[in-house]
Parts: sequence; C-alpha cells; structure tokens
Amino acid sequence: MELKVQGQAAYAYTGGKAFATAYRGDEPVVVFIHGAEQDHSGWTLQSRWFAYHGYRVLAPDLPGHGRSAGGPLTSIEALADWIVALLDAAGIARARLVGHSMGSLIALAATSRHPARIEQLALIGSAVPMPVSDVLLGAAQHDEPQAARLINDWSHSPRGLIGGNTVPGLWLLGMNQQLMARQKPGVFYADLNACNQYAPSPESLRAIASPVLIVAGSSDRMTPPKAVRQLAEQLGHVRQVMLTGAGHALMAEQPDAVLDALRAFILVD
Amino acid sequence: MSYKFDTLTLHAGQVPDGQYGARAQPIYLTTSFVFKDADQAAALFNMERAGHVYSRISNPTNAVLEERIAALEGGVGAIAVASGQAALHLAVTTLMGAGGHIVASRSLYGGSHNLFEYTLPRFGIETTFVDPRDLAAWRAAIRPETRLLFGETLGNPGLDVLDIPKVAALAHEHSLPLMVDATFSTPYLLRPFELGADLLMHSATKFLGGHGVVIGGLLVDSGAFDWVRSGKFPTLTEPYAGFHDMNFAEESTVAAFLLRARREGLRDFGACLSPMSAFHILQGLETLPLRMERHIANTRRVVAYLSTQQAESGVVGTVIHPDLAEHPDHALAQALMPRGSSSVFSFTLSGGRLAGRKFIEALKVFSHLANVGDAKSLVIHPASTTHFRMSDAALAAAGIHPGTIRLSIGLEDADDLIDDLKRGIAAAAKAVA
Repeated sequence: MELKVQGQAAYAYTGGKAFATAYRGDEPVVVFIHGAEQDHSGWTLQSRWFAYHGYRVLAPDLPGHGRSAGGPLTSIEALADWIVALLDAAGIARARLVGHSMGSLIALAATSRHPARIEQLALIGSAVPMPVSDVLLGAAQHDEPQAARLINDWSHSPRGLIGGNTVPGLWLLGMNQQLMARQKPGVFYADLNACNQYAPSPESLRAIASPVLIVAGSSDRMTPPKAVRQLAEQLGHVRQVMLTGAGHALMAEQPDAVLDALRAFILVD
Repeated sequence: MSYKFDTLTLHAGQVPDGQYGARAQPIYLTTSFVFKDADQAAALFNMERAGHVYSRISNPTNAVLEERIAALEGGVGAIAVASGQAALHLAVTTLMGAGGHIVASRSLYGGSHNLFEYTLPRFGIETTFVDPRDLAAWRAAIRPETRLLFGETLGNPGLDVLDIPKVAALAHEHSLPLMVDATFSTPYLLRPFELGADLLMHSATKFLGGHGVVIGGLLVDSGAFDWVRSGKFPTLTEPYAGFHDMNFAEESTVAAFLLRARREGLRDFGACLSPMSAFHILQGLETLPLRMERHIANTRRVVAYLSTQQAESGVVGTVIHPDLAEHPDHALAQALMPRGSSSVFSFTLSGGRLAGRKFIEALKVFSHLANVGDAKSLVIHPASTTHFRMSDAALAAAGIHPGTIRLSIGLEDADDLIDDLKRGIAAAAKAVA
C-alpha cells in the first residue's frame, strides 16, 4: 500500500492482504525491514505467513528504495525515525520489528529511540558494529555493479552459491543481483555508509528492554557467528537461533527456518 | 566466490540429496508430494512457504534444470516446459491476451512462425513479421497494442544474426520487452541478457540436451524488465482473481513474470516437463561447453571444405555461414559471438531437387532426419522433405533453393564428416552431369 511518510510517498507490502480493510484493526503488527540495496520482496514468504495468521504486516521499501520516493536516508538513526513515522502514518501505536542486516540496525535504533513503540525485536543477520570494508564502500561509491557482485559473493553460503533454492526455479544469485541493479544510483553507498557509521553506546544496547530474537547463519561471512555472539552479550537477555549452513542471505537461503524462528518468538513472547 | 560458466554447467542448482547423498541428480518421478501437516499444506498453497505440491507446477528434478539454465544465462530463474513451442506459448500468454500484438523477425523456425501466423490470431493475438536486419521495419511495426518483440539469435534458414543490442534498445524505448529464441546459440556462444534481451527461450531438445533423446523447452527471465514502469502488462501488475487477487509485481520485484507463468500458465495450460526428461537434459548440460567447442571446431572444418568445393566440385553453390566474410552478418557475428556462431547451416547444390536427393542418399555418417543440435551429424533436404509440396517459386519466397541442404554438424571426427560430404557431392555431380 501507499502511505505518506515524512512528506514523501512510501510503499509497504502488506503480505498479500489489504491492510486497511481485511482486518478488525486491533491485531498485532509486524514490520519487516529490509537490508542495504534491497526492497520488501526479500520478505514475501515470511510476511505472507504472518498476514494470514492474525497479524497485520508492513514490509516497507525504505526511502529511495524500490517503490518508495525520495533519496536514501544517510544514517541508521534517521531510518529508525522513519520507521516510527511509518507507524504513525499507518495509525499504529506499537509494533514488532523484524530486521535483516542494515534493517536489523534500524530495528535496534528504533527500539532505543522509541522504546514505547516497539513490543518485540527480531534481528536477522546482525552485528554491532557492522563495519563495511573500504573495498566495498569504494565500490559502492564508484562502481555499483562491482559492489553488487562483491555483496552477492559474500552474502551466500557455499551451498547458496551452488543453488538448490527452496523456491522452485529461481536462481538466488541472479535474483539478488537484479534486485540490487534495480535500486537507484547512490542508494548503495548511502546504505553501506550508514551501517559503517552506526555506533550505539553499550549503555543504549543494554537498556533495550523489549524481548529480542537473534537469528544467525553459521556460514555468514558478513555478520559472522562470532560477531553475533558479541551482540548477544551486549544486549543481555536474548533468544538466539543459529541456522546451520546459512549465509547472510538467510531469508533467501532458508526461508522456512527463518519463519519458524520468527513464529516461535513472536507467537510466544 | 561465484562460480564460472563451466563449473555452473555441472553444479548449478544441485546439491547432493539430503537423504542418501546421491551425487547424480535423482529423478523425482512422482506426481505429488506429501504434506508434513495441514498447516504446511495451507502455507504451501498460499505461498507462505516454499516447496513442491504437484509436478505440473513444480518438481525437484525440474527445479534443478531451471536453476541451472538461469545460472548459465545470467537470469533470475526459469521454467521447464514440455517443448520449445510450449516455452514460446507460455511467454506469450503470460504477457498478453486477445488484442495483443507481437513484432517478430520473419526469419523464424517454422513452428514458431506457424504459432504466430496461423494459431495465435484465432485467439486474438496478431503478429507483424519484419526483416530482422531492418531496424526501421521493427520500429514501424510497433503499435500501441504491441506487447513483445521476438527474434531468433540465429535466424532460420539464413542464419541472420539478430542485432540484440539495437533491437533491445528499440524495444525498451517503447517500454516493451525483447524475447529471443537462443536455441541455436546456447549460452556457451551468446548470453542474450548481457546484450539487453529481457526474456529467452530454448528448445532444450537441441544442443542443451545434445543427445536427441527427449523433447523439452526452457523459458528464462532476465529479471531486468520493469513491468511496473512499463505500465503495459496488467497480467503482472494488477490483482489476479485466479490466484487470490495476487499482484505478482508486488510479490516479486524481479521475478513477477515467472511467478505468473508458473501460477497461471503451467497450472492452466499444463505443458509441464517430465522429470525424466529434465534429468536427460541435465545430463546433456553437464557437457555443454565441451560439446559446443567441438561442434564449432568441426563446423569450421566443414565450412572451409565446402567453400573449396564451390570452385572444385561444379555443384556446390552458396555456403551460408556467419563465419564467412560474404555473410551479411559476418562482422556482427564476430562481435556478438566471438567463440563462434552456429553449427547448423545451409548450402546449395546446383542441379535442384534431383541433386539434393542424390546427395542425401549417398551419405553414410550424416543422419537424414528433421532435427538439429544432436551430438550426431544431421542432414535434411527441405525441397524433398519438409517443403516437398512447395513449388520452386514458393520455395524461393521462403528463402529456400531447390538444392538447399541443411547440415547440423555433430561431434564425429571432422575427417569422417568431410569424407562423407565428398561422397554426397560426387553423387550430386554425377546426377547432374
């Protein structure tokens, strides 16, 4: 659906059900936040499940991404405030946030900055800090196709690079490459630089009181298991799920396992 | 590190099966798949979970073939279907309905020509045929209701090389996709998506399988065409009542076309590929680079030999191959297909239909049949077989000479192939002496 957020047109996928008319209006809300140089379509399977099982769903295209207007925002904090502005625009008081990679940082920052608005937090493929190499930042600034190739290589597990997709007939590497190619020039660098710059204080992380789930891939080279463990220690009370063999592109490589982890967390907590 | 082409031909899409660790691709010869529980069943039907339900829609063996061709072509995905014709039909019916219009190269495989010229008009879809080398003709034929530009990477029968960058640019200028039939070139010789094509199809029966044992087709999507921005494809950008009002472009930014084609076209038209056939095509694909290298090397030997016979034999006329400097698309072929172009080509024999018959009957190694792209060398004389009812004048209008011979050069020793052709040429010369 189309919304007006911070004065600009924003698109949010709603899981295949009409957000405004297919519900009573008091159902819990799950917001899925995509990663750098991506859009809502990475969440299709998981967001459809929640939409058809008693939850209202918003999977927005962040500003400048996919169908949303404007240019990219340049800090994780600004993106976090945009997510809360999205909730305002949709008339939602409180929501559960699910974020992948850059989206997980946005979810963390939104929870720190607007704790009363966030009920639960699921971080998928996450690490704090989330440093981005100079090689990748440079490519994102000067050679976006090369940056996309690097990200594609590093985002997938050894198995993911071969294929064997659970969604019949789709080649994951090609899907991701094309999705990145669809984003506007400048978005890639803005996103990666925002990740690289994000440096929340240990106190702000420790202060997060909402229940937290961390889903990690054992073969993730972008946010490796060691970094995930450090984040868990920083946050304190978290539920952790490690997906054996998954790379950073967790929702693409193991969509059912990601859904099961989210179900177990969101339905129980 | 992403893998390179030759590695992908062996591995893309296939990981050893989890139950027994089979290294070769298992053949999942089953119509249907048992649900884990009622919830999983409902989730599969509503696209909340990924997996297989019924082999008309998807099958694990077919899915490996689909991923593999998508990887080799640089696309986002593919759909395996019962034949190349089924792939073309699936593409057209996914993109348009009655009232739609196609601009197509007139240098097409006869089956594709029949579909466009005679069959689709009965369903309200019209086609304008154009000279594939005439960009102005392509442009002039585009109408407001046009929904697709279509050509073959190597046209039939003159091996016209489609100038994909130029035709694609024209298509995109009009917010339209370009689809190509890449059967003759295969991704080993040409990767159409890198040149701007949006969709492509293969008759996998030919070089991809290579063994001549099964019929199959593949429809591949580059994922690059923006159906929403085009605004001309409501089948992809508006709710579809036939699948819970799904808006395919919202569900998948880059694979909306494949979603609709599978969820509607495979479901309703039902031209699915047998998993057994998918397995055979996969077996062929494993050796595609090796075979294509040999196809091209042998073809170069044979073309060179036939060129010498134009002066020496007295019966060998024109040899039509883009490798030859006199071919109208020689330079374009060199630019687009640096590894070589087609191993299927034609030449003419003076002496007309009689010379053609005698030539064919003298051959011992070439198989006389109606197919191309086999590991074995093949030959056909159109004037006495596929086009035997046509007058010489009608043949000429179709670009076929009474003495036209079409060869599909296989993987035998090139010396044996040349010796065989010598026998045929001698027989033809004797017949017209």
